[in-house]
Amino acid sequence: MTPVPGVEGFMYPNEVELQWSILIVLYPFITGLVAGAFILASLERVFRVKAVRPTYRLSLLTALAFLLVAPLPLQLHLGRPERSFEMFLTPHRSSAMAMFGFVYLWYLLVVLLAEIWLDYRADIVRMALTERGWRRWVYRALTLGSFNVSEASLRIDDRVGYAITVIGIPSAFLLHGYVGFIFGSVKANAWWSTPLMPVVFLFSAMSSGIAAVLLIYMVAMRLQRRPLDMDCADTVAKYLFYVFLSDFALELLDLVHRIYEADESFRSLDFMVHTRLWTSQVLIQILLGTCLPLALLAAVQLWKWSAPARTRIYWAAGFLTLVGIFAMRWNVVIGGQLFSKSYLGYTSYKLGLVTREGLLPSIALMLLPFGILWILIRLLPPWMGKEIPGHGASPATS
Amino acid sequence: MDTSRREWLTGAGKLFTLGFATAAGVETSGQASLNSGGYDVRNHYWAMTIDIEKCIGCGNCVRACEKENGVPEGFFRTWVERYEIKGADLEHPQVSSPDGGKHGFPPSNRVDTKQFFVPKLCNHCQDSPCVQVCPVGATFDSPDGVVLVDESYCLGCRYCVQACPYGCRYIHPEKRTVDKCTLCYHRITRGLTTACCEACPTQARVLADLANPADPVHEFLRTSKVQVLKPHMATRPKVFYRGLDGAVR
Repeated sequence: MTPVPGVEGFMYPNEVELQWSILIVLYPFITGLVAGAFILASLERVFRVKAVRPTYRLSLLTALAFLLVAPLPLQLHLGRPERSFEMFLTPHRSSAMAMFGFVYLWYLLVVLLAEIWLDYRADIVRMALTERGWRRWVYRALTLGSFNVSEASLRIDDRVGYAITVIGIPSAFLLHGYVGFIFGSVKANAWWSTPLMPVVFLFSAMSSGIAAVLLIYMVAMRLQRRPLDMDCADTVAKYLFYVFLSDFALELLDLVHRIYEADESFRSLDFMVHTRLWTSQVLIQILLGTCLPLALLAAVQLWKWSAPARTRIYWAAGFLTLVGIFAMRWNVVIGGQLFSKSYLGYTSYKLGLVTREGLLPSIALMLLPFGILWILIRLLPPWMGKEIPGHGASPATS
Repeated sequence: MDTSRREWLTGAGKLFTLGFATAAGVETSGQASLNSGGYDVRNHYWAMTIDIEKCIGCGNCVRACEKENGVPEGFFRTWVERYEIKGADLEHPQVSSPDGGKHGFPPSNRVDTKQFFVPKLCNHCQDSPCVQVCPVGATFDSPDGVVLVDESYCLGCRYCVQACPYGCRYIHPEKRTVDKCTLCYHRITRGLTTACCEACPTQARVLADLANPADPVHEFLRTSKVQVLKPHMATRPKVFYRGLDGAVR
């Protein structure tokens, strides 16, 4: 009998090849960044955490940039991508996946675009009147024909924007909790099937989104040669610490529950974690990507550090958090397919380089949101119009 | 355009009538499709029985299925597993299925083990997780109890492959849509049995029509201790095994 390469033990014959690739790892990672960035924005808008105000608009633009890219890995992954629109036309009501398009459109059109437009409207009108050339026409189009920036009108904008943010918070929860539900509801897969999955996904989403905005904010300040607003960075880092700690606690709860319950899948999953997932889960996700950034963030909470030292810690903690959350997505999606549903064997994942679902397209997909964000920031500079504590208003044309 | 209320109501009435007539037409054609070429789906409810004691692991069924349905190399609509269990160690059976058991099995040198063969195929579950998760309804339950795939509608998202607890689905490498056992629907609706059942030399696999009171399946179910695969999944499979060992997954 010829052993199947990469297979150990017994797999059902159709199980040897993984069904969901790195592209499906990117999908929850990217939507997580969207949801997390939006939640950070809502801290300022709804919960009146004024210290994070310098990141408010940046968070919204970050969320939009990543949300625009979120469906692309799914689209690229489909066997018949030309049929994807059928999900809108004839959605199957019992399918969790069928709701993706509607949840996505709700979030994109009703929450993010509306909130960004309302928040920027006065600036857009001002730019439409003062800019020259093609930029003038872009801003005129963005006004959607509304040039009314009277005080009464702006008050209405503010009230509606507030209401949309309030709606947006459960929507952000829905967006990413729903992604977790897609995995958590697959009863055939013991690695995925847990009611904690949507909650874990949600908290990890918030952690990654907050970490991403913190890093983007620090990069933006450095590129603009502006001083970092340490009050803002400290507050964002504090929220990152508490949210990430909650996420880790939830994941530990899941782990303890699995170990103590030790159902029929436990031996198989335990073996997998100690072999094929050891590097990506134990070393990268838990130690490097969770314990270390949590320790760094905890150190800032416990002891006094100078501003440059805190900044360096935030660079490291933010980056490691993103590494940890990406590894978590990897371990959920790829790890959930490495073991046989017979619990008698294990397969391997071979990541291609330039194949349709390979490494290079994935890197391109991860870089794309940053390109979009760069354009958005050029078009709608987050630091124009409104005063930013510690910075003052910047010129309209950055 | 100034439309009076009367004109609007008249127009709406016409539209409603047209819509109703169209819907009725669809309904009528739907009724017609229930009874096609003398085959009435309402009179059948398909299942399969497998007698473990009778299976000799020859692989005829796998080859017949491959030939009948054009199953691509390396994928399986049906396959056969050999279990080898030592003593009471039900947790660690040695299981093999070289090339899906298509060419039979080499002799085993484990003389101190209990050995038997388990043919596998789609269980055509009554509560199919694959049907539940399909985002566009391309995977569906036919009225006569067969889980089918509309390959002209499938997106190839693979959610159903993940949702199947039995590993019965795969993505067809050329069609790029999901593929699985259809219980030879093109044959059974013409009064034939499935290719695998026809090729089985020992009648270990037998097509069963639960809706037919004269079908031997009723005697089989009444007189045998039967089991389904992974009953704890609550998918209500319709492939019934006689003599299934507790070690089988």
